[in-house]
Amino acid sequence: MSGFKLGGMTLGSVFKKPETTLYPFEQKVAPKGLRGHVAISPETCILCGICQKSCPCGAITVDKKARTWEIRRFSCVQCGACVRSCPKACLSMETAYTKPATGKSSHVVEVPDTKER
Amino acid sequence: MGKATVIPFGPQHPVLPEPLHLDLVVQDEKVVEAIPQIGFVHRGLEKLVETRDYNQFLYVCERICGICAAGHSIGYAETIERLMGVEVPKRAEYLRVIWHELSRVHSHLLWLGLAADAFGFESLFMHAWRLRERVLDIFEKTTGGRVILSVVKVGGVHRDIDDSQMKEIIYVLDGIMDDYRKIMNTLLTDYSVKNRTVGVGTLSHEEALALSMVGPFARASNVNYDVRSLGNGAYGDLSDFQPILDAQGDCYARVKVRCLEVLQSIEIIKELAAKMPAGDISVTVKGSPAEGAEVCNVLEQPRGECYYYARGNGSKNLERMRIRTPTSQNIAGMVSALKGCDLADVNMVILTIDPCISCTER
Repeated sequence: MSGFKLGGMTLGSVFKKPETTLYPFEQKVAPKGLRGHVAISPETCILCGICQKSCPCGAITVDKKARTWEIRRFSCVQCGACVRSCPKACLSMETAYTKPATGKSSHVVEVPDTKER
Repeated sequence: MGKATVIPFGPQHPVLPEPLHLDLVVQDEKVVEAIPQIGFVHRGLEKLVETRDYNQFLYVCERICGICAAGHSIGYAETIERLMGVEVPKRAEYLRVIWHELSRVHSHLLWLGLAADAFGFESLFMHAWRLRERVLDIFEKTTGGRVILSVVKVGGVHRDIDDSQMKEIIYVLDGIMDDYRKIMNTLLTDYSVKNRTVGVGTLSHEEALALSMVGPFARASNVNYDVRSLGNGAYGDLSDFQPILDAQGDCYARVKVRCLEVLQSIEIIKELAAKMPAGDISVTVKGSPAEGAEVCNVLEQPRGECYYYARGNGSKNLERMRIRTPTSQNIAGMVSALKGCDLADVNMVILTIDPCISCTER
């Protein structure tokens, strides 16, 4: 008889709203605070390198001479340690996941020199 | 008696979610001896403490295993807090326990699905994982991650759960409870399930004690040991906590204990949500663990007692970090339970012990 008990539950699922989203016709809305990927606003970055030191997997490289901030997306584990350690709050955690890629490229951002302006 | 034959089981096997190899010495379809072999997913994570500071290592520690991620991050953070003498705010302790118990619910539901799949009970597998998905959605909304939470820090937690989110969690858990009771009753009263599990892979109370078994595996053999009973953190504020025990020690007892633990975890979450104190969720931790300072800590993971040991050397990096996970304890009992069972029952014995090989090998 127990099989019929679960059978009732399974048959009931036919008349209920689907548990899954009908991707790609329907896209799931990312909840606030979802750890998708790390983004930077280079205007406020002071190239202090604290994010590089706090990163547990060494995914971030800050080059003061070349004025670049680099992140290797495939090494990043989205822990958010860099975002929390940034003294200028120029790093942020965006909700969108990074797109699939065919190669392990890194994302290099040029940081403008605000003193020259 | 026929001639003894060695049959290799794993590391790639349909019932094993993780790589475990067993050499089964079989005589007339009966297992005479089982020789385990591990080492397929060893990553050397404990060695990493030498190159990562104690804050960074928290993220390494929670990646020991996906299913026990919440438990490992909490266990490690508590160990370092004890090492450095840090007092954690009460609200942070409550939040940690809520996330930890939610992770127990999702771990046991995952196991339930896998076990049902091994029975050939496909629809129960789907229903169990459907419910588990709701728990993962709670994690996603409250921590920002579905499996790896990254929400615990040394000194507290990073994120708070506000009242509206807490009400939503309780509402979702009530929904899970209704559906879960139907699933659980079906599984525990099903003739085929009983036929496959009752009296199979029995481990007596004495054997379980002698082999130092932990977790639901031990509790199914009537070993009254649950780290939550020690009352560490917010567990101490629970009005009444009694570990779920069963005296039979067979596969069915292990299924039953795990099934009932899901309901117990949901009750714990509800009670703590009602008692949640206001206040800060973290304190600032400065400095480094003192040279020669050492500490040990235990935590009840979904699979049993997990033991943490840490020793400082005066710098930001730890001198030594040692984690003894529940499955590394339970492998000895698994080998003992396998002795004398039918070859066809090996799947059931292994699954009802719920081995976590990523944890074991680290």
